[in-house]
Amino acid sequence: MFRKKPPPEEERRVRANDREYNEKFQYASNCIMTSKYNIVTFLPVNLFEQFQEVANTYFLFLLILQLIPQISSLSWFTTIVPLALVLSITAVKDATDDYFRHKSDNQVNNRQSQVLIRGLLQNEKWMNVRVGDIIKLENKQFVAADLLLLSSSEPHGLCYIETAELDGSEETPQFTYRLKVPHHLQKEQDTRHLTAALVCEPPNNKLDRFCGTLYWRDKKYTLTNQNMLLRGCVLRNTETCYGLVIFAGPDTKLMQNSGSTKFKRTSIDRLMNTLVLWIFGFLVCMGVILAVGNAVWEREVGSLFQSYLPWDPSVDNFLFSAFLSFWSYVIILNTVVPISLYVSVEVIRLGHSYFINWDQEMFCSQCNTAAEARTTTLNEELGQVEYIFSDKTGTLTQNIMTFNKCSINGQTYVLRSPFYLQRLDFTPFNPLADPDFCFYDDTLLESVKVGDAHTHKFFRLLSLCHTVMSEEKNGQMELVYKAQSPDEGALVTAARNFGFVFRSRTPGTITTTEMGRPVTYTLLAILDFNNIRKRMSVIVRDPEGRICLYCKGADTVLLERLHPCEQELMNVTSDHLHEYAADGLRTLALAYRDLSEDEWEAWSESYCCADKATSCREDRLAAAYEHIEQDMMLLGATAIEDKLQEGVPETIAVLSLANIKIWVLTGDKQETAVNIGYSCKMLTDDMPEVFIISGNTVHSVRQELRLVCLSAHALEADMETEFVSTACACKAVICCRVTPLQKAQVVELIKKHKKAVTLAIGDGANDVSMIKSAHIGVGISGQEGIQAVLASDYSFSQFRFLQRLLLVHGRWSYLRMCRFLCYFFYKNFAFTMVHFWFGFFCGFSAQTVYDQYFITLYNIVYTSLPVLAMGIFDQDVPDQRSLEYPKLYEPGQLNLLFNKREFFICIAQGIYTSVVLFFVPCAVLSDATQSTGEPLADYQTFAVTTATALVIVVSVQIALDTGFWTVINHVFVWGSLGSYFSIMLALHSQTLFLIFPNQFHFVGRSPLLVVLTDRHID
Amino acid sequence: MGKVKGRSGPLAQRPDNSAFKQQRLPAWSPMLTANTVLPFFYLVALLCMFLGVWLLLTVQGTQELKLDYTEAGTCKGCFDMRKNASKAAEPCECRLDFEIKKAFKVIFLNEQQILTFGSTQVASSTQKKRGDVFFYYGLQNFHQNLRRYMDSRDDGQMVGRKNKLMNPSTYCIPFNTDQAGRPIAPCGAVANSIFNDSFTLHYRGQVVPLLRTGIAWYTDKNIKYRNPSNGNMTLAQVFNGTAPPPYWHKPVYQLDPLSPNNNGFINDDLIVWMREAAFPNFKKLYGVLRRAATPFTKGLPAGNYSLNVSYNFPVQYFRGRKEVVLTTLTWFGGQNHFLPVAYLVTSCLILLAAVVLTVVWFKFGKTGRKMQD
Repeated sequence: MFRKKPPPEEERRVRANDREYNEKFQYASNCIMTSKYNIVTFLPVNLFEQFQEVANTYFLFLLILQLIPQISSLSWFTTIVPLALVLSITAVKDATDDYFRHKSDNQVNNRQSQVLIRGLLQNEKWMNVRVGDIIKLENKQFVAADLLLLSSSEPHGLCYIETAELDGSEETPQFTYRLKVPHHLQKEQDTRHLTAALVCEPPNNKLDRFCGTLYWRDKKYTLTNQNMLLRGCVLRNTETCYGLVIFAGPDTKLMQNSGSTKFKRTSIDRLMNTLVLWIFGFLVCMGVILAVGNAVWEREVGSLFQSYLPWDPSVDNFLFSAFLSFWSYVIILNTVVPISLYVSVEVIRLGHSYFINWDQEMFCSQCNTAAEARTTTLNEELGQVEYIFSDKTGTLTQNIMTFNKCSINGQTYVLRSPFYLQRLDFTPFNPLADPDFCFYDDTLLESVKVGDAHTHKFFRLLSLCHTVMSEEKNGQMELVYKAQSPDEGALVTAARNFGFVFRSRTPGTITTTEMGRPVTYTLLAILDFNNIRKRMSVIVRDPEGRICLYCKGADTVLLERLHPCEQELMNVTSDHLHEYAADGLRTLALAYRDLSEDEWEAWSESYCCADKATSCREDRLAAAYEHIEQDMMLLGATAIEDKLQEGVPETIAVLSLANIKIWVLTGDKQETAVNIGYSCKMLTDDMPEVFIISGNTVHSVRQELRLVCLSAHALEADMETEFVSTACACKAVICCRVTPLQKAQVVELIKKHKKAVTLAIGDGANDVSMIKSAHIGVGISGQEGIQAVLASDYSFSQFRFLQRLLLVHGRWSYLRMCRFLCYFFYKNFAFTMVHFWFGFFCGFSAQTVYDQYFITLYNIVYTSLPVLAMGIFDQDVPDQRSLEYPKLYEPGQLNLLFNKREFFICIAQGIYTSVVLFFVPCAVLSDATQSTGEPLADYQTFAVTTATALVIVVSVQIALDTGFWTVINHVFVWGSLGSYFSIMLALHSQTLFLIFPNQFHFVGRSPLLVVLTDRHID
Repeated sequence: MGKVKGRSGPLAQRPDNSAFKQQRLPAWSPMLTANTVLPFFYLVALLCMFLGVWLLLTVQGTQELKLDYTEAGTCKGCFDMRKNASKAAEPCECRLDFEIKKAFKVIFLNEQQILTFGSTQVASSTQKKRGDVFFYYGLQNFHQNLRRYMDSRDDGQMVGRKNKLMNPSTYCIPFNTDQAGRPIAPCGAVANSIFNDSFTLHYRGQVVPLLRTGIAWYTDKNIKYRNPSNGNMTLAQVFNGTAPPPYWHKPVYQLDPLSPNNNGFINDDLIVWMREAAFPNFKKLYGVLRRAATPFTKGLPAGNYSLNVSYNFPVQYFRGRKEVVLTTLTWFGGQNHFLPVAYLVTSCLILLAAVVLTVVWFKFGKTGRKMQD
């Protein structure tokens, strides 16, 4: 923990198989330690951390003040008991957390892996692996550290991995990525005596980037992300491979990514901190007033009273006395800021989080996932949300893609009539068909059967141009596809059902079954998909030796690259594409290009050249791709439907009734987005003015709009305020064509300009930035891995659970927290201010009204549990009611239940209570006598009367505040009162007094009780 | 968060369907409606009204007489004399004449009240014989409630711990040892400042008999204060080696040499003083009228009285006043007007609120809808 940190690395130098060299740099070993403490360091380190909290330090400071006898107006235990309680609760929580971290660390560190040491394979624990070691991995093994791939058993140096742990859970769908051994190393089979040196970037958390240079046999080679095996992945479909450890343990990308996320605070938190500061100010003011009073009193009266009570030897004048009195009063009055406040708030939030986790209504039985509150500190903010930013794909929709329509050579195949819902049966035609696939237009099948060339080419393209992996189970009959994106899976499955079955791939070939006939294509090149290119291509050589480029991609990109003679077909297809998009479907255009041998040779050379380039490799590759993807012939277009999730329109309707504005941010194109808007009921027909802003024409747009559908580049112009004011005037906002970064920008914009609570909900990696920048991030655990869930504060599996999370849990949490805070401040002011009034009667001498045991126990025993029970269990209306009447959500958005005004009302009520509690007993008792003549104006009677009245009054107040009396509330309220009376009885017993006469001097019982129980005394 | 791993199947992660976890615990949600709140308001108002009237009548039945004797009558001379610190120890007697216009009639407590409010059974039998005209001394502007003053005592010493007797607590500083280093018993500022005026009341040349014991709290007298004991040693021997507090004229074992049950730490006057008052103006019980003989069997008859004061306690230092209070008591105590008045005021306020609420309810609330408009 306290190890001296070496200066930050600027670059990393590693030599393979050379431990001595590598040790010079003191790279981190592969032993990970996510735990913070061990048995010895737990106490000091944990205490040190806890005292970094301002509140805890403040109470420590008070404790020190109390140890000064001249100041000490209270016994030391009045502070140390609550402080110890608070510290130990936190410590226990930290210790349990750390224990589980230790356990998982141990488990991971002790995994076995095979390491090459002096040319021999040896089993080593993960924690003993060093940077520069060479590790042998076998199929289905976890990768132990970040490795540079050196060799693979598969041809062409490929190897496949699944990103299971990198996504955080072993249960999520797994995606397969393809990695390459640096091609110059491909032929070096014997890695055992590899002597290579490597220089690369220092450890960082960028999962998608790596750059480095390999020096091997006096040559330089560039390394990229594609050569890296990252810790946490699992090797798949690869028998063995060897890797060179580059980053180990804490330096791996996995560990670098699991670092602390930005700590989110709720607005109530910030308000609470402000109020606590104000209360400190108030405390100091009261201290000053009382100290001035003390100065005056000591000068006027106290100095005369000296014959009865001389000043302390150290006090020589009234000013010094007043100074001491100030600190004494700070000690006495510190209970206005009770130490238990923060702990109680944490406990309540934890309770609310558990209720979210336990909610059956937010459990999805299809995916067997319950809702999870991943952050326990934001619950009450769920009751104040004003803006929801939602992703579309996977969030509003199921992200289960179905091949729905297609256009082939100008002929569109769609569902013609809603009455003709005969599902096509593919089995007689194609034994390999996927039984779950459904399509309704039999003309397409006919056209395949008659052997239409275009149709065949269309499906051939779909079966070749993709990155899907196949797996054959139960012999050959069951073919399972694993796709990185569900769109691809849907397209390949469609091709499969229409007789173009993708069977398997090797790095150099793709095997398909075309109309029942096995064909093997030689894969010449894959021109990858990325967000800028928005298309991917493959170049294959068919068994007859013809070379063909197949390309699929976004229509906007693809249509620009067609051969000029395709104009007419392009227009027809383009119409179809618009039609599909208007139905809310995701579209792709497909094209091909026949290549001659010469063309291929020429391009291949330039491609190799670009690929080997050490600088600007990406750009040069892109240029090479651009060069070949020209003059293509249009084949057609596909349309994929992404079905809406269950309950989405209803949820959106309810949420907008609750005055929550929902913005959909999507990367889709306008038509698709608008259409989804309609199907989600975000847009309805009575919103005639669907305003679409593309370009910079915002200035013409004014209040009368109902909806804005924004194109992404509207954001780029510097018209933030214009954008915000326009967008906020609208009932519904859909932003389309936004990049992940822009999603976050939109959220930040609203946070900045509207001061409203924002919630972002999404499911994919592209939503992570948005989820992180919103006040509350919600992750949908679904099809696209769980990066979004890992970055989120709450996660569940269906969009419709959002209404329950906000309208039920959020609303309750907010209500409970507000009621809790109001009461908490009230009870402590009622308790503490009595001392202030008494100051005017006791010569400002910092005499307390209550005895010290009462002061110690008031906040931790007599009044803590009822208010906690209210803060955890209270309900104003049942959950169905708040879903039926979404308007009930509005007080939270307007922050009506706890704000500065409410706070002052609570404080005023508390002060009023303290006035009554002090002056009524004061006036009553100063003249009162028992029937036997003894006056009741003594200190003990007064103290006990006031304390009892206080406990009863605050108990009645909590009873009035509690709206939902469960058994627990009853037990806590009555139990607190009962505990007060039994403890009081115990403190007044002669037994305690006779043991510690100076500590328990409040001896006294009703004479009747004395006669009944203690007769032996006489 | 703790996931149950034991189960399997598609619903393995399903949360339990318990009322607690689903927040469906059976609960009582009090609905405050006009039908429940208004009757409650009226009821409480009536209750307070009744209590106020009853207590007021009870208090009216008592009589009280307050005499400030700080500078009154011949006590003026003593007051001036006490100003001079050098004459602090000199005795000074003074006299104050006053008249009781209406006799202080004894109000007999009936049996039941004795049981409920009286002292013990033993006490209540003597109670009947005792008069209930009570004689108090009162001090004004004397702060028995200062923090350091209240701390300046040693309960361990006064409960008879012998180690504490010779070794008083440091809280007693500077009244823990005298200049010769002998421990002070009882130590501390509280004991040191004991009120040491004494009074005799004369009626027609006859001394009004006062009971000077049985004036302390039962637990104080019987539990909290004990004399240290050591075999057969007398009290004087036990206290041998200790010094009296500096302002005392006699040692603690000579407070009442004739009555061993009222001597030393268990002297009633000392105990009464040691029970610190909460406010700077207070009164403490001095004695109770003994009604054994005429003319005092039924209380204090009307007529001229004179109060003889042995004037020792200086109050001019702290601008205080001294008074004596004569009063009769009921079960509720003496002339305590605040509580009945407070009840009456509260009653009126609640009644007012109730009436306003009723009007509002009649005008808007009955249907519950008009308010929303």
